Amino acid sequence: MPEHTLAISGLHKRFGQVVALRDVGFTVRPGELFGFVGSNGAGKTTTMRIVLGVLNPDAGEVTFGGAPITRQVRTRIGYMPEERGLYPKMKVADHLVYLAELHGLSSVDARAATQRWLGRLGLDHRRGDEVQKLSLGNQQRVQLAAALVHEPDLLVLDEPFSGLDPVAVDVMSDVLREEAARGVPVVFSSHQLDLVERLCDRIGIIAGGRMVAVGSVEELTASAGAELEVVAPQAEPDWAANLPGVTVVAEEGPRTVLRLAPGADDQAVLHAALATGPVTGFTRHRPSLVELFRAVVTEDGGGSRHA
Amino acid sequence: MRELARSHTEVAPATAVRLVAQREIDTRLRTRSFVMSTAVIIAVLAGYLLLQASLFSDAHRVDVGLTGQATSIAGPLQVAGKAVGLEVHTTQVGDRTAARAKLEADELDAVVFGNPAEPEVLVRSELDDRLRAVLIDIARQQILTGELAKAGVTDPRAVLAQASQADVEVTTVAPAGAEHGQRLGIGLIMVFLLFMAISTYGTMVAQGVVEEKASRVVEILLATVQPWQLLLGKVVGIGLVGLAQLVIVAGVGLVMAVASGVVTLSGVAIGALIWGVVWYVVGFFLYATLFAAAGSLVSRQEDVQSVVTPVTIVLTLGFVVGLNLMLQNPDGTGVAALSHVPLLSPVIMPGRITAGQVAGWEIALSLIVTLAAVVALTWLGGRVYHNAVLHTGSRMRVRDALRGTR
Repeated sequence: MPEHTLAISGLHKRFGQVVALRDVGFTVRPGELFGFVGSNGAGKTTTMRIVLGVLNPDAGEVTFGGAPITRQVRTRIGYMPEERGLYPKMKVADHLVYLAELHGLSSVDARAATQRWLGRLGLDHRRGDEVQKLSLGNQQRVQLAAALVHEPDLLVLDEPFSGLDPVAVDVMSDVLREEAARGVPVVFSSHQLDLVERLCDRIGIIAGGRMVAVGSVEELTASAGAELEVVAPQAEPDWAANLPGVTVVAEEGPRTVLRLAPGADDQAVLHAALATGPVTGFTRHRPSLVELFRAVVTEDGGGSRHA
Repeated sequence: MRELARSHTEVAPATAVRLVAQREIDTRLRTRSFVMSTAVIIAVLAGYLLLQASLFSDAHRVDVGLTGQATSIAGPLQVAGKAVGLEVHTTQVGDRTAARAKLEADELDAVVFGNPAEPEVLVRSELDDRLRAVLIDIARQQILTGELAKAGVTDPRAVLAQASQADVEVTTVAPAGAEHGQRLGIGLIMVFLLFMAISTYGTMVAQGVVEEKASRVVEILLATVQPWQLLLGKVVGIGLVGLAQLVIVAGVGLVMAVASGVVTLSGVAIGALIWGVVWYVVGFFLYATLFAAAGSLVSRQEDVQSVVTPVTIVLTLGFVVGLNLMLQNPDGTGVAALSHVPLLSPVIMPGRITAGQVAGWEIALSLIVTLAAVVALTWLGGRVYHNAVLHTGSRMRVRDALRGTR
């Protein structure tokens, strides 16, 4: 279903003296959950607001299904802004019906969709209450319903998991998986990297307004290289120092921790280790997303963003 | 599993505006505050009318007690009183003691004793000037009748009747009409109601804009509707709520005024109501985008007052100056000039139309000038709103909002 691919390319945005985005680009395919991670101020929200047309880029373009995002396409996007926003004094059901109608649903369809989402998110009994009377967790659920009530073809969610209790996190995860399963490209930003790692098909890391890594979790962690822990009791110190593509991270008695450069052969390391005598332990660690994130973010740094 | 929606149904601009306006009406018209404020304004208006009604009848009614010979002037007294606008009610009073008691009890305004040709009047503190003139007139007639008879005139009454027919023929250059007072009253009330409606509901537009900014809902809305649609829907919706209140208040006021007899010129009052509605629509649109633009500069409800004040001051200036000039002379050149100044005209012109003499071309000119201002200010205000509505944090300067791009 190529017609439902979101493609972002070459986005530049500058606010006064501050360059917020430099050449930001990535694609999200239909049915794909795309995790957008980065430090605060890295450019996630700016990128999402540009996708929604709330902000105009200085350069670059956003396409959906190969065509620029027009106003017509925009009404088909489900959006959850970083700063949550609903009318505090409006009743939950009225609010959702209103938003659904503003997105082009007929009054009847809007009511049906509202009913369905209130049920799905466990908000049925609060339908007649003012939004401001709900707990923060429930307000979050209403916010999610607001993003979904018009059956969008694309979901753009800014920090959908922030402030949710564990039960709500599960509900949110399930809903996002379901939406992706019906062919919707889903982009969401989050600081909860373990969650992103578990949930997302692909991940984009942004730092200092630049995309520093885009790919599946496997691709990213593989390309970032792996760590090997070798236990070789009879090995001489520095036994691994001259192996190609290998950096010694730590040596503590019989235990040696090595970092493999991307593409380096771990079997060569094992041979070298066996050559020293018995090998009682040989473990390969894939770096977690957290470690990967730390590595790329500190490497690329947030600094020097001023034009 | 649900299917992806294939039909990309775009929301027509008119639909978007209607939905936004409908929401404003739904959330404002059925509220307790709308009902309460409408009731309070009607109550104030009713109180004012009651006061007017009592002042009106008090000012024109005198109760006169007559004793002895003076009893014979009851008829002439009523006739002569009517000629000067006095409604004279006469009663017979026994003696001086009874008269004094009735005067002290405020049952009578004056008691007349003695010979009609040389009447003696007992009052509480002072004698009404018109009543004094009437009594003097009657005494003169009595004396004349006697003297004419002595001079051998066979029918002194006929001579007197002829004399009493003498009158001054008056031709007015600019007739104010007997209804002048009523017209002025209706005009002033209309000016007041318009000022109240435009300032109250205009401020509500600013608050509504800030509510959307403060709650950030504006970002979701602007992802699907255009700024101008949101702004227009809001202005139309709130404007209609204000119009509903104006029509209810003015309509109820009109019925009360006519029923209580304070206003006898129901035609003039209905005309005032119609012109009031016309000028409300024009005036509200004139001010609403200004209020919206002002509101869009700030992000918190606490800051609304500070940005709205300059707009309110202009409106209040028109109201106060217009009211004062109109009280002095509704046809004065000052009022006439101000009724053509765009930001002041919506408050002053409808008052002038009701209270004074306005040529048709003047109304047309004022309307055209004001409508031109509506177009210009809507463009300006819309631009400020468009640029400032997504700006969060500190207050935005108007200059930046006029220039800036998102």
